[in-house]
Amino acid sequence: MSRRIVGPFNRVEGDLEIKLEIADGAVREAWVNSPLYRGFEQILLGKDPTDALVYTPRVCGICSVSQSMAAAAALASMQAIAPPPNGALLQNLILAAENVADHLTHFYVFYMPDFARPVYEKEPWYAHAHARFKAVEGTAAREVLQARAQFLHVMGTLAGRWPHTLGLQPGGTTRAIGAAEQARVLAILASFRRFLEACTFADTLEKIAALDSEAALEAWAETAAPTHGDFRHFLHVSKALDLDRLGLGTGRFLSYGAYRFDETHTFKRGVFEGGRASALHTADIAEDHASSWLVRGGGPSHPSRGLTLPDPDAPGGYSWCKAPRLRGAVVEVGALARQVVDGHPLIMDLVAKGGGNARNRVIARLLEIARIVPLMEAWARSIHPREPCCYHGSTPAEAEGEGLIEAARGALGHWIQVRNGRILNYQIIAPTTWNFSPRDMNGQPGVCEQALIGAPVRAGEVEPVAVQHIVRSFDPCMVCTVH
Amino acid sequence: MQERAADRRRMNLLWLQSGGCGGCTLSLMCAESPDLVTALDIAGVDLLWHPSLSEASGTEFHAILESVRTRREPLDILCLEGSVIRGPAGTGRFHMLSGSDRSMKDAVAELAAVASHVVAIGTCAAFGGVTAAGDNPTDACGLAYDGRRAGGLLGEGFRSRSGLPVINVSGCPVHPGWVVETFLQLAFGTLKAADLDAFGRPRFYTDHLVHHGCTRNEFYEFKASAQKLCQLGCMMENLGCMGTQVHADCNIRLWNGDGSCTRGGYPCISCTEPGFEELDHPFLLTPKRAGIPIGLPTDMPKAWFVALASLSKAATPERLRQNAVADHVKVPPSRGQLRHKK
Repeated sequence: MSRRIVGPFNRVEGDLEIKLEIADGAVREAWVNSPLYRGFEQILLGKDPTDALVYTPRVCGICSVSQSMAAAAALASMQAIAPPPNGALLQNLILAAENVADHLTHFYVFYMPDFARPVYEKEPWYAHAHARFKAVEGTAAREVLQARAQFLHVMGTLAGRWPHTLGLQPGGTTRAIGAAEQARVLAILASFRRFLEACTFADTLEKIAALDSEAALEAWAETAAPTHGDFRHFLHVSKALDLDRLGLGTGRFLSYGAYRFDETHTFKRGVFEGGRASALHTADIAEDHASSWLVRGGGPSHPSRGLTLPDPDAPGGYSWCKAPRLRGAVVEVGALARQVVDGHPLIMDLVAKGGGNARNRVIARLLEIARIVPLMEAWARSIHPREPCCYHGSTPAEAEGEGLIEAARGALGHWIQVRNGRILNYQIIAPTTWNFSPRDMNGQPGVCEQALIGAPVRAGEVEPVAVQHIVRSFDPCMVCTVH
Repeated sequence: MQERAADRRRMNLLWLQSGGCGGCTLSLMCAESPDLVTALDIAGVDLLWHPSLSEASGTEFHAILESVRTRREPLDILCLEGSVIRGPAGTGRFHMLSGSDRSMKDAVAELAAVASHVVAIGTCAAFGGVTAAGDNPTDACGLAYDGRRAGGLLGEGFRSRSGLPVINVSGCPVHPGWVVETFLQLAFGTLKAADLDAFGRPRFYTDHLVHHGCTRNEFYEFKASAQKLCQLGCMMENLGCMGTQVHADCNIRLWNGDGSCTRGGYPCISCTEPGFEELDHPFLLTPKRAGIPIGLPTDMPKAWFVALASLSKAATPERLRQNAVADHVKVPPSRGQLRHKK
C-alpha cells in the first residue's frame, strides 16, 4: 500500500490536489483538496445587495454568467419581480451560451487531450486521437477555439461581453435588441450549428438529441467509421478503454432545473435515485464543515444560515471546500444529473445500466449541446423586437432571497439575507462543491472521492491516467467550489 | 509577421494562476483573427505550461517548475493570473501550490526572479482586484502593487531580467487583444518602459478612455441621461458609469464581436483601474454632491464642466431627451442638410 499526493491537475478550472491511497494496482481511498480560499462570502458582507451582481460573477471566469444568473435570481426573489417575456428569453439565451461554450471547452480542451498521452501510444485508435486532440497542437484546438470565439459573439451582442457582464439583472437584461440583433444572433447560432454538425457530431443535432437508448447510441456509432465525427471517436475510445466502468458515482442526482420561463423549467427540477425522480425540498440541503479548514459552528446548517470563516488549523480539515449534503446524502450534479432528472430516454437508459461514470458524464454534456442549441434558436426566434426586456424593482431593506439555477457543471445556489439595506449573509453552493466535497461528519466521502475508489493504477504510473479521466469527467470548477 | 521567426529565437511562457477566477484565461481563449493558438505561434511563444491548455499535470508540472527555478531552462515570460495571496498572517496558506508544501506566493516570487519578463494578467495579478475587496480576508495583493500603492509581492523597485517592471495587463477580465498584443510586442522586442503608464499598464490600451468610442457620446454631450439600466442615455449622471475617467480602449476594440459594457447597457465600473473593487458607493449609483456627479471627466476643469453641463442640458434636442429614457430609438435623427452636388 502506498500513499501519494497528485497535483496540480491542469485542464480543470482552478486548483486541485488529490491524495490517493493505492493498493494492489488500484486506488483504495481518495481525499480531494481544494487548495485555494478567496473568501467571497466574507467580501460580500455589508455590501449593497445589487453589488452582488458585480462580485459574484467574479467567483468564476468559466461560470461567470451562471453566477450572475443565480445572484439575479436571488435578488429577484427578494424584489418579487420576474422579467418580461423578452427578458426571460434573453437571460436564458445568455446562460445557454455559457453552458454550451463550457461543454465544448471541456470536451475538446480539457477532456480529450488525455487520450493523446504517450501512455496510449500503442493503442490502435491513438494516431487519430493524437493528431486531433493533442493538447495545444492537435487539429481540434484551432478549429474549436475559433468556433467557440465566434459562438460567444452571442455574448457581445446580448450581454456586452463575456465573462463578467452586468447585463443580467433581476428583472431581465440590460440590452433591448432590435430585429437586426435578433437576426445576427440567429446567424451566429446557425453558423455554430454547422460547426457542430460537421465536426463534433457528423450528424444533425436533432438526430443526436433523438437517440433514446444505449442500443440506439451504439447503432448510431456504427453507421460510420470511428473517426467520423469527434463524438463518435470518443465513443470508440471509450469502448476500448471501458470508460463506462470508471468513476462510478453515488447513483443519486440533483438538478435545480434549467432555463426557467415563469414557473416552468425547460429541463426539470428534482432528485433522481433508484430509477425514479422525486421532488426537491431545498430545506433538505445542509453544509457540513467537518473536514473543512473552516470554523465549525454548530454542525451542518442550511445555507440560508451558513457561516464561512476560515480556520487553517481546524482539526481534521483537509480542504477549503464545505460538504453539502441532501438529507445527509451525497449527491452528484452536472449535465448527467440534469438530463436524468429531466427524463431524457438515452440518459435514463445509460444511468440505469451504468450509473454516473466517466463515459456517461461526457455523453450527457454532448447530448446537452445537441439539445440546447436548437432551443436557443427557438428562443431567439421568439424575441419580439422593440418590446421591453427588463423590469425594475427594488430590494426591501429587510429580506431574504434564494437563487437556484443550473450552471454547466450543475446545481448552483445563492442564498442572501439583507438587513438595513445591506448584505448580512451571502452563501453560495456551487456545482463542484457538491461533486468535490470532502468527507462529512459521518465520514462519507464526496462524489469524486467515491468515484476514484477502484481506479486502476498501471505499473510505474505516478499520476494514474484513469484517475485523470475520472476527475476530468466531472468537469470540475475549483474556483467556484470554494470561492 | 509572416517570417515566423526563423532567425528569431522562440520564447517560452509559463502561466500560473493564484487568487483569481480564471476568467482572464477564458477571455484570452476568445482571441480572434487569429485564434489564440495561432497567435502564440506567430509570436513565437511556446507554452512551457498553462493550467487550462497544457497536457502536463502533477510531477511533470513540478519538474518544469524546478528546471526553470534552477535556471536549467531559461524562462522568457512568466504570467500570473489572479492575486497574490499572502494570508493568513503572511504564510500564504490560503493558496498552497498543489502537490507541494509551499505557498504559491513563494513559488511566484522565486520564478519572477529568474524570468526575463513578468506579466500580471488581469487586475487581480496587477493590483489585488476583487479578491482584495471588502476586508481583504486573504490579504491579497498584486505582483508589484497593493491597490494603488507600489509594492505588492515583489516590491516597488522590482525589475525583471529584461529591465522592465512588471507589465500590468489589468482588466477584469482582460481583453484578449491586450494580452496577445503584449506578447507580440515582447516577442518583437518593441515594448519598452516608456510604453507603460504610471501603473505599469501597456499604454496601447490605457492611453484611451472607455468614453472614447462610446455609442452614448451624443447623449453625454447634451447630458441626456438614462434613469434606469436598459435605457439608451448617458449612464454617467445616475448609473455610476465611470467611462469618462477609466483608462481602456473597450469601446474602440470591442469585446466578443461587437460588445462592450456600455453597449451591453450597463455602466463602466472601472475594472482596469487599481482599487476598482472597493468603491465608497454602490456600483450602479453615481455619487453626487449638490446634484453634481463627484467624479468628473478626466482632465476636465470642474467649473467648465458645470457651466457646459447646464448649457448643454438647456440645449438638449427633443430627440435625445426622449431616446435617453427609452430602451429603443423612439425618435430617429431627422434628415440632415447635407450639401450634395447638384
